[in-house]
Parts: sequence; structure tokens; C-alpha cells
Amino acid sequence: MAYAAGVDVGSTQTKAIILDEERRIVSRALIDTGANVMLAAENAYVAALQNGNIREEEVEYVVGTGYGRYKVTFGDTQITEISCHGRGAVHMFPGTRTVVDMGGQDTKAIRVSPNGEIIDFCMNDKCAAGTGRFLGAAASALEIPLSDLGPTALRAEKAVKISTTCTVFAESEVVSWLGKGKKIEDILLGVHQSIASRSLSLMRRVGIEPEVTFTGGVARNIGMVTALNEMLGFAVNVGEDSHYMGALGAALFAMDRILSGRVPLTGNNTVCKEGAT
Amino acid sequence: MIYTAGIDVGSTYTKAVILSEDDRIVGRGLLKTGFKLNEAAERALQQALTQVNLDQNDLDYLATTGYGRFQVSSRNVNVTDLTAAARGARFLFPHTRTILDVGGQTMKASRLDEQGKVRSFRLNDKCAAGTGAFLEKTARYLGFSTEEIGPLVATSKQVVPISGVCAVFAESEVINHLSQGSSPADIMHGAIVSLVDRSVQLMKRVQMEPEFTLVGGILRFETMVRVIREKLGAHVNVPDGDLVQYTAALGAALLARHRLLKLREQSAIAA
Repeated sequence: MAYAAGVDVGSTQTKAIILDEERRIVSRALIDTGANVMLAAENAYVAALQNGNIREEEVEYVVGTGYGRYKVTFGDTQITEISCHGRGAVHMFPGTRTVVDMGGQDTKAIRVSPNGEIIDFCMNDKCAAGTGRFLGAAASALEIPLSDLGPTALRAEKAVKISTTCTVFAESEVVSWLGKGKKIEDILLGVHQSIASRSLSLMRRVGIEPEVTFTGGVARNIGMVTALNEMLGFAVNVGEDSHYMGALGAALFAMDRILSGRVPLTGNNTVCKEGAT
Repeated sequence: MIYTAGIDVGSTYTKAVILSEDDRIVGRGLLKTGFKLNEAAERALQQALTQVNLDQNDLDYLATTGYGRFQVSSRNVNVTDLTAAARGARFLFPHTRTILDVGGQTMKASRLDEQGKVRSFRLNDKCAAGTGAFLEKTARYLGFSTEEIGPLVATSKQVVPISGVCAVFAESEVINHLSQGSSPADIMHGAIVSLVDRSVQLMKRVQMEPEFTLVGGILRFETMVRVIREKLGAHVNVPDGDLVQYTAALGAALLARHRLLKLREQSAIAA
């Protein structure tokens, strides 16, 4: 049995997925990226191997993706996270035509063809507004854990409109609303809506075509899923593995290479570097 | 003796100035704005009044300016930040034609005509990368407080380039530079250079012309002034010491007196 792995080194978290020849997920791992990106890639990969009880030599091809993909030193090749999220989303939800990927430090809108090829994309990577960091800022200003943000927002009665764009200023705006006696849940609903509306305008720039699949770490946030659903007027695809989508796409590309016979020579990972998109 | 006051309720600090009839600043007050704007204004004014042994009844007219100017209930009039800064800058430097005002959460450039009227202005209050908050954040990532920025950067020997695109993303950049062995002073210097680049862009957009006057709390940092001077290749006026932070409050106090005298004149004519 040949295995393929994808390692997605994100700005905040590093994800690894291992697939079997049937393209089934046999193992996954998730760790915080931290300061040492190279080590994070290794640790996530080793954790995935251990979780799946798989020996390293059984994995025939490894694809690195995400902002730290060139630090996946044991990888056979690197593929951009845009291609990987598109591929992963279409694999998991075959009706996917638009992908919205919300990560720790960037948000991307990607339009894909029925076979998962990238038609167009647009990203917010110059400014932290509308990314996971905006939620992080709100969480620290309100002193509640990141994982409580979504569930808390769902209890809101009336959203407090967040008027600032910049994440830095939003932090003080959140505190000032709290000072004016607004409820945490209402403020948080406003925060979620503000991010959802920013990502919606990114999506409009590539064209919103259903189905829309929501990927990235923020896809675990039920408040953001709800805000997106309400603004779009239909439900986005989201699953338990949504935040592994980049790693899944990378692993799928890796399996393609294995099945098409493009396996690197044993012990030499530098042979097969072509095909990075 | 006529006493007028100007209170500048800024996003980060609130400043109050008391002006005597003979153009002397007789009292000043300064404190963090916080979230209770009216209270901050009252306390800053009280600080200034205490310095000259006056109480609020001795004040003949009070003008407010800054983003919280509408929140101050005891005001007689409010004026925009641009008008107040222009008035203050022209009072200190009569030939001022372009003003750069860098505060905690805003950056403004304005061009004045010969009479001192604002002809053109540009502001940034949407993105922290173009404001004092950028320096504050960078300092915090480096483990320093805002007050330590000045002394820290004075020890810098070279500039570590900081992209300055986003105050949030600057964190990873700062951590990267630190791990590569750059000194905090040089990184801070880089952040200042990047903020100055943004300032000069804003000044270009109002079609700046000399003389240039720099005001606002961020210009307390001498390095900021020096780098601006180098980039512009021209002389820049900077109010002495702490006064740089009080320029808009001073302008408001001057406008308050102007308004008061006009009102008295009108009522004299009517009588």
C-alpha cells in the first residue's frame, strides 16, 4: 500500500493529512506553527505518521503547501495553497464552485471549475482586516477563548455594528462598546458580520457561484458559518475536516503523482520538482 | 483678563490649554482619553485650571476639538481638528503652509493658503499602519512601552526595513528580525522610517509647499522629526517640547477667543 501526504504550513497552524491509494484520509494532525516553521512542518508530519501508525518509508510522495511550504524540507514538491484548497474542496464537496478560505492571517476567495482547476482567486494578505486575526483581536479584547467566539455570537439578540476596518482599531472599538454597556454576544455578532461582509466582497470579486465551500481554520467557528450563510442566502459547505482542506488538497496532488508513476527515486527527493503551480 | 480654553479630545490623549488675553499659555492638562470622553475632557481641563488657580467660572469661552469634541457638554463651541491645528500652527509659525499631524489613531496632512485657511487635506484613520498605533504596536512586540520609544530609537545605529503595510502583520516581521539578531532599536527605527514614508505620501497628496509644520503626539519622537526632515530635504517647524502635542488645543483656545470677541462686538453694536 502506497501512502501520500500533504503538509499545510499556515501562518498560525500546521496541518498534515495522509491518504491511502483510495484517496481516503487515514490520518491527520494539527499543531501550532510557532516561530520555527521548519520544525512545525516536521512535527505535524511525524504526528500524522504516528496517528495513522504509518512508517515514513510507506509514504511515497509528500507535497508541501501554505505560506511555509518551502520549509517542508522533506517534501517532494510544493504547490500553492490556492490550488490545494480548490482541489481539497472539490474532492470533499464535488459541487463546489467557489471556495472561501479563512486562515489566521489571510482570507482568500477562489473560483474553481468542476474538476477543481483554479479559474480565479482574490486574497486579502496585506491587511489583517477580515482575517482570523480580527477574531483573535476581539477574543483578547473581550478576554474569552477563541473557541467560544462563535457559540457566544449565536446567542446575540441584536448585532452591534463594528465601524472600524483595521484590526488594531477594532480592538479598541470592541472595548469601547463593552464600556458603553453592550452585551458581549451582540458585539461578537457584529464582529462576525463584519468579517463575513469583508470576505463576501472578496468572493464577489471572483464571482459567487454555488456551491460555496468554507475552508481554513475559521471554518470551525459556527458563528462565522452562520454569518456567511445569512449573508449569502444559502448554506455553505463545511465539514469536520474543513480546516485540513489545504493539506488534503496537497495530499491529493501527491497521490496523483504516485498513481501516475511520477514517484521520485528512493532516497533522492530532489529529482521530481516539476509541476509546482 | 479674558481666559479662554481649548480641549482636544483625541483618540488616544486628551489635551487642554488655557490661554490668557495676552497670548500666553497659562495652563495645560494631558491625560489618556479612555472611553469616557466627557470625563476625560473635564479632568484635562481641571488639571490646566489648577495650574493657574482658576476655576471653570473664570473661563470666558471654551472650544473643543478632536474626535470627541461633540461629547464635551460644557463646550461653548466645537471646531474641527484641521481648523484647530491650522490655527495653532499659524500662531506658532506664521508662515506655515503645510501641516502634518500624526496622532495615536489618525494621520492628517493639510495645505493652507496665505491667510491660513485650509485649502486641501487628506487623512488616514482607517488603517493603523499609517498612525501612531503602528509605532505603539511595534514597540509592544519588541517588549517596550510607548514612553520608551524615544530613548530606545536614539540608540539605533542603522535602519532595519519594516514593510509597514499592516500593524498586525508587523508582528511576524518584528519577530523575524529579532530572531535574526537585529537590535530592537534598529527595528524601531525601521518602523519610524516606514511611518514617515506614509506621512510624506499623504503630504504629497495635498500638494505640500513650505513652510512645513509638524504637530501631534507622535512628533514628540525626535527621530520621527529628523527622518521627515531628511525625506523632505527641507526645514520643518516643530513646536517646542510638549507643545507639539497641544497645538490643536492651543488652536481651539485661540478660536474660542476669536469667537468670544466677535460675539461681544456684535452685542455692543446691537446695544
